[in-house]
Amino acid sequence: MSDFKNVKSRKRPIALVALALAALFLSSCSSSSEDAAAPAEGCVAGELATVEAGALIIATGEPAYYPWVIDDAPESGQGFEAAIAYAVAEKLGYGKDAVKWIRSTFDGAIAPGPKDFDFNLQQYSITTERAEVVDFSSPYYKANQAIVSFKGSKLDGVTDLAGITAAGAKLGAAVSTTSLDVIESQLGLKASVFNDNAGGVTALKNKQIDGLVVDLPTAFYLSAVEIDNGIIVGQIDGSDAGDSGFGLLLAKDSPITGCVTDAVDALTSDGTIAAITQEWLANTAGAPVLK
Amino acid sequence: MTSPISDSENWQPSELERRRRAERQRKTQKNVLIAGISSVLVLGTFSIILVNSPGWISLRDTFFKWAYGVEVLPKVILGFTTNITLTLIAGSSVALLGLLLALVRTSRSPALTPFRFLATIYVDVFRGIPMILVILLIGFGIPALQIPGVTNEVLILGTIAVIITYTAYVAEVLRSGILTVHPSQRAAARSLGLSHFQTLRHVVLPQAIKRVTPPLLNDLVALIKDTGLISILGVTDAVRAAQIQTAKSFNYTPYVMAALLFLAVTIPLTRYTDRILRRSMERQNAQGLT
Repeated sequence: MSDFKNVKSRKRPIALVALALAALFLSSCSSSSEDAAAPAEGCVAGELATVEAGALIIATGEPAYYPWVIDDAPESGQGFEAAIAYAVAEKLGYGKDAVKWIRSTFDGAIAPGPKDFDFNLQQYSITTERAEVVDFSSPYYKANQAIVSFKGSKLDGVTDLAGITAAGAKLGAAVSTTSLDVIESQLGLKASVFNDNAGGVTALKNKQIDGLVVDLPTAFYLSAVEIDNGIIVGQIDGSDAGDSGFGLLLAKDSPITGCVTDAVDALTSDGTIAAITQEWLANTAGAPVLK
Repeated sequence: MTSPISDSENWQPSELERRRRAERQRKTQKNVLIAGISSVLVLGTFSIILVNSPGWISLRDTFFKWAYGVEVLPKVILGFTTNITLTLIAGSSVALLGLLLALVRTSRSPALTPFRFLATIYVDVFRGIPMILVILLIGFGIPALQIPGVTNEVLILGTIAVIITYTAYVAEVLRSGILTVHPSQRAAARSLGLSHFQTLRHVVLPQAIKRVTPPLLNDLVALIKDTGLISILGVTDAVRAAQIQTAKSFNYTPYVMAALLFLAVTIPLTRYTDRILRRSMERQNAQGLT
């Protein structure tokens, strides 16, 4: 009995110290979260366990396309994803100078093993299947899918989803996109699959396909700039249902996933993301919805 | 007739020969044993290193998730039919056109001089430029011209692009085969009264093709895989089908399934060709080994 008591009394100071430490840690956290930089709770601003201490390495595709990154220069902060990246970095306590950009391919980013970036953004849609292999932050944008075509095509004048099938239209999409899923799963059609949107645009210009499915912001860009007599046939209703939105991609079990997610959530709730969306993707309203 | 050798009823190998045989058998057993131990050691070490490496589990789950592989297999097989169809069409066209080109380049007729010249340029150009450019030029370039009556069907245009590139490769292989046939063979054939064409058909080409069969097979196997390059035009082949699945799951097992399909075709093909080649060699050497 006395032995047991001894053990217990010896344990108590340790518990007290632990409690004191916890209190200290909590108070330091709450005090820092009142700073102007306002980093996410539990994450020390500018001192996260990043790949390179003191810096935040952000990856994007090569080339990165309008309107996600303007002129393929993410360093400028111009473009929707470039702006989002810098906003998240700032929230995490990394100023513009502490951000380093690298480029990665789609496959390079999802390969197993250590990553050379802290997070990667190139319109990665979050799915539970993918989340088994990599980590995602909470979504920063959710896009409907839309069909781009040209005046006088089989799809010109189509006003509902049944009309697409009735027109016997051949649709294309880039590989690794939600667009491809929408054609095959939601519309039940067989898609022509291209390496990237550039291939799809060429095929559309050549009239080898009748329509190209892309996310709505890209659809506006392609129909206005890339395709002669380009039109947006419409958004595909409910095409965002199976899609949880675009997320920042991190290595599986990355130590900073929680902090990055907190930062995205904070930016969503304080309206920063809405403002960035308004700035770069404002013109995406007003496309007809195909049901 | 009682020759000592044909009296085989009571014949027995000599003591010396029996000892030789025993010695040979002992050596063979020893060699088999050494080979076995060495194989077990080397392969065992490799597997132990592989299985015990820190990322093995994640590698196995990413590349060899068999349940998932079986699930996506039908889609990959569907894509693979594109590879096979294209290989059959393109392969036979390449064989014919390549042979024609090789014959033109090796002919010595003065009337064919301009064709020889053109054939040389053709081979130089199309062997040198990346196939992906040829595919893009033919598959996207020709429809862009909007010539009435010309197809814009990517499958046809893509196949043409593959044929154009591979004809250049195969023509060179066949040409080198033709050049290995010694001039005395032609001279002998002509002096026996065979015409120029008969000489080519019965003397030169059989020897030439036999000698370049292994490199030709190389090109055929490469062709099976390279037909997939036309996926850039929007056609789904086995590798593209695998890529589509990989993009959904971030798991590379579909690529491994595609690789297994390719192997299922190329390995039997190689074995079969080897056998044909060995047989024809045996036939050729049947009368007297020198």
